[in-house]
Amino acid sequence: MLSRTADNLFWLARYVERAECLARILEVTQRVTTLPLAYVGSTNEWESAIETAGCAAAFADNYPEANEETVIDFLCFSSANPSSIRSCFEIARTNARAVRTALTVEMWDAINGTWLELKRFGNGPTSREEFMRFLRWVQENSLRFDGSAYRTMLRNDAYWFSRLGVYIERADNTARILDVKYHLLLPANERVGGPLDYFQWAAILRSVSALTAYHWVYRESVKPWLIADLLILKDEMPRSLSSCYSALVSNLDNIGRVYGRQGAAQRKARAIRARLENARMEEIFKEGLHEFIDGFINDNNELGAAISEQYLM
Amino acid sequence: MTVAFDEMTGVDGASRPPYGELSRWLGEIPSDVLDYRRREAELLFRRIGITFSVYGEADAQERLIPFDVLPRILSAAEWDLLRAGLEQRVKAINLYIKDVYGRRDILKAGIVPEDLVFQNPVFRPEMNGQKVPHDIYVHVGGIDIIRIDAETFYVLEDNARTPSGVSYMLENREIMLRLFPELFARHRVAPVENYPDELLATLKSVAPTIANADPTVVLLTPGVFNSAYYEHSFLADKLGVELVEGRDLFVKDELVYMRTTQGPKRVDVIYRRIDDDFLDPLAFRPDSALGVPGLMSSYHAGNVTLANAVGTGIADDKAVYSYMPKIVKFYLGQEPILKNVPTWRCREADHLAYVLDHLEELVVKEVHGSGGYGMMIGPKSDKATIAAFRAKLKASPKNFIAQPTLALSTCPTCVEEGVAPRHVDLRPFVLTGRDRIRIVPGGLTRVALKKGSLVVNSSQGGGTKDTWVLDT
Repeated sequence: MLSRTADNLFWLARYVERAECLARILEVTQRVTTLPLAYVGSTNEWESAIETAGCAAAFADNYPEANEETVIDFLCFSSANPSSIRSCFEIARTNARAVRTALTVEMWDAINGTWLELKRFGNGPTSREEFMRFLRWVQENSLRFDGSAYRTMLRNDAYWFSRLGVYIERADNTARILDVKYHLLLPANERVGGPLDYFQWAAILRSVSALTAYHWVYRESVKPWLIADLLILKDEMPRSLSSCYSALVSNLDNIGRVYGRQGAAQRKARAIRARLENARMEEIFKEGLHEFIDGFINDNNELGAAISEQYLM
Repeated sequence: MTVAFDEMTGVDGASRPPYGELSRWLGEIPSDVLDYRRREAELLFRRIGITFSVYGEADAQERLIPFDVLPRILSAAEWDLLRAGLEQRVKAINLYIKDVYGRRDILKAGIVPEDLVFQNPVFRPEMNGQKVPHDIYVHVGGIDIIRIDAETFYVLEDNARTPSGVSYMLENREIMLRLFPELFARHRVAPVENYPDELLATLKSVAPTIANADPTVVLLTPGVFNSAYYEHSFLADKLGVELVEGRDLFVKDELVYMRTTQGPKRVDVIYRRIDDDFLDPLAFRPDSALGVPGLMSSYHAGNVTLANAVGTGIADDKAVYSYMPKIVKFYLGQEPILKNVPTWRCREADHLAYVLDHLEELVVKEVHGSGGYGMMIGPKSDKATIAAFRAKLKASPKNFIAQPTLALSTCPTCVEEGVAPRHVDLRPFVLTGRDRIRIVPGGLTRVALKKGSLVVNSSQGGGTKDTWVLDT
C-alpha cells in the first residue's frame, strides 16, 4: 500500500484513541473535584489533568490559570490546541478523508458521523450535565470507530497499521497517567492508606477503565504497587503497557511476515516487549517508578519513529 | 424566448411515453412522500460524505450538491441516437488532437484557423511531434448535451480534459434504488453501476507496451482540498486502484514509481485528475507542488500513459467548439449526428457585428471560461451588465463566442411549491480504450433549481438528478 495511506491510517487511529483518553482523564477529574477536600486533599486536579494530557507548556501559553473552565476549553474545544478533543476528531476526519479508499464504509461512517455531530456541542458545554454527556459521547464514538475497524476491516497491512497507531497511542497514554500520579504510587513500606490516597488511586484506575478489573484480578483493596503492576505488567489488562506491546509485536510481525522482511521496528518492539516481560514490580519500584516510566515513554516514541522510518515515508 | 420543451408533458399537454409511469405514480402517491424522501436523500448524502467545495467561498468548505429525487427519463430510441452521436464526436476529437500535435492536416486545409490553435493558452508545444500510447488522447470525455424539443439534442460543450461528475451519476442511482424501489419496479432501467469496470478496462487497455499483462493503474488527485476530491476517492475505491498525490510518485530513469510500505512500485497508467499545468514542475508550472518532477520525460519516453493525454484542452475550448461539425466531417467524412448550438465567433468581423447588435437576446461566453463563469445571458442581464460586456467584446472579440438563448428542456422537479418544471442538461461520459468506445447508458443530469434559471452548474445553485435510460 501507499506509504502515505499507511501513515494516515496510523495517525487516524492515534487521534481517535487520544480523544478517548482525554475524555477519560476529564471524566475522572470532574469526579474527583466533586469530592470534599478532606477526601482528596487540596491539589489542583485541573492542573494535574493538563499534565496528564502532556500539554502543560502549550496550556500556559494560552491561559493564566488552570481551572474547570480553562482546562475544559483547552482540552476539549480549543483550536489552539492541536490535541484537543475537537482537534483530534478534526484531524482524524481529515486523515480519514485522505484515505477513504482504505477505510470500510462503517469506519468512514463512524468518523464522519462523529465529525458532523461534533458541531452540535458548539464551543463548549452550557452545563455540567451537558459536559458529562459530551465526554460519554466522545468515548462512545471512539468505541464505535474502533469497533467498526475491528469488525469490518480486512486483516491486511491497512488493518495492522491502524492497530499500530492505536497501541502506540494507548501505551503512551497509560504511561503518562502513571507518570503524573507516580508520587502517589509509593513503595509498600511507606505509610499509605487514608481516604485521600484511596480516591486518588481509584481515579487512576477509572481513567483507564480498570477499577472493576482491578478487583477481579487482585481481589484486594486498592494498593498502589498493585495498580502499577496492573497497568504495567499485566497482560490481561487491555490498557497495560505489557498488553499494548504484545499487540504491537504481533501486528508488526504480521506486516513483516506478509512483506517477507523484518526491520528495525520489529526488533525495537520485541526488545521493549522483552523488557516488560522480564520486569518485576519490586525492582521497578527500587529503581524508581518515574525513571522506569520515563524510559518507557522514550522507548515508545522511538518505536513510533522506527515504524515511520521503515514504512510510512 | 420561446416556451421550453417539457420532457414529461411535451407540447400537447399529454405525458410523453418515457414518462408515462412516472406521471401516473406522481398522481397516486400522497403529497408528503416526496418531501419525506427528499429529506432522507439529503441525510444519506451527508452521511456518505458526498460533498464538493466551492472555490472562493471561505465559509463553505464542504457543501452538498442538491439532489432532486425525480428521475430524468430517456427512451431507448433517444439514447441510441445520443450514443451514436457521442461515439462519432469523441472519435473525431481524438483524431483532431492527434492531427494538431502531428501532421496538422486540418490546419493546412484551412478548416481550423492556425492562430486558434497556436495562440491558445491550452495548446501544449511540448506535445508537438510526440506520440501517445495507442494514439488515444481523450480516454474519458464528458460531453454536455442539451435538448430543445422532442427531436433535437445539441452538444453544448465538449470536456476533453478532466471531466467530473460521474460519481454523482453512480451515487444518485444508488440513493434512488434505496429510496424508490417501487418506482423502479414499474420500469426497466439500464444499469450504470458497471461504469467503474468499464473505466478500468479502458485504462488498462491503453497501458504502454512496456507494461506487463496486468498494468498498474493509479488515480492522481491534487488532494483533499480539491473541489472534486470526493469523486477522486470514490472512483479510486470503485476501481480498486491507489489514490495517489504527486508526492506519492517519483520518476527514476524515466520510469514512474509510487512510494509504498514495501518500497517503490512501478506505475503504468495514471488517470490524472489534475490539470496539465500542475503535472510536472519541470515541464510546466515550476511552483506546482501537486505534480511529479520528471513525469513528462517518462511520458515522452512512452513509459507511462496519462489519461487524459496532455494538451487535450485544444479540443474543448469554446472557440474550437464552433468548428466541431467541420472537424467531424473532415476526419470521418460523415455528417455530425449531434448538432452544435448555432454559434457566432466574435473573432470574425461580420459575426461580431451581429452579436453587438443583438446582445440583449444572446448568450455571450468567454472562450476559456468554465463552470458558468465569464458568461452573460442577454435576456436576463440589466443594461449595465450588457454595456460592460459590450466593452469587453470590443476590446478582445477573439475571447468570446455568442449563442442564441436556448430554451433548455425542462423536467419535473421537486421544489418548494411542489413538483414543477426546471431546466436540465445532460453529461454522458464517453470512455475510449484501445479496443473500443464504452458509454454507460445515462450520465449526469444537472438541473437549474431556481425558477426560470438556465444555469445548471453546481457552483451556481444547480442540482443533479438520476438519469434513466429505459429499454423501450
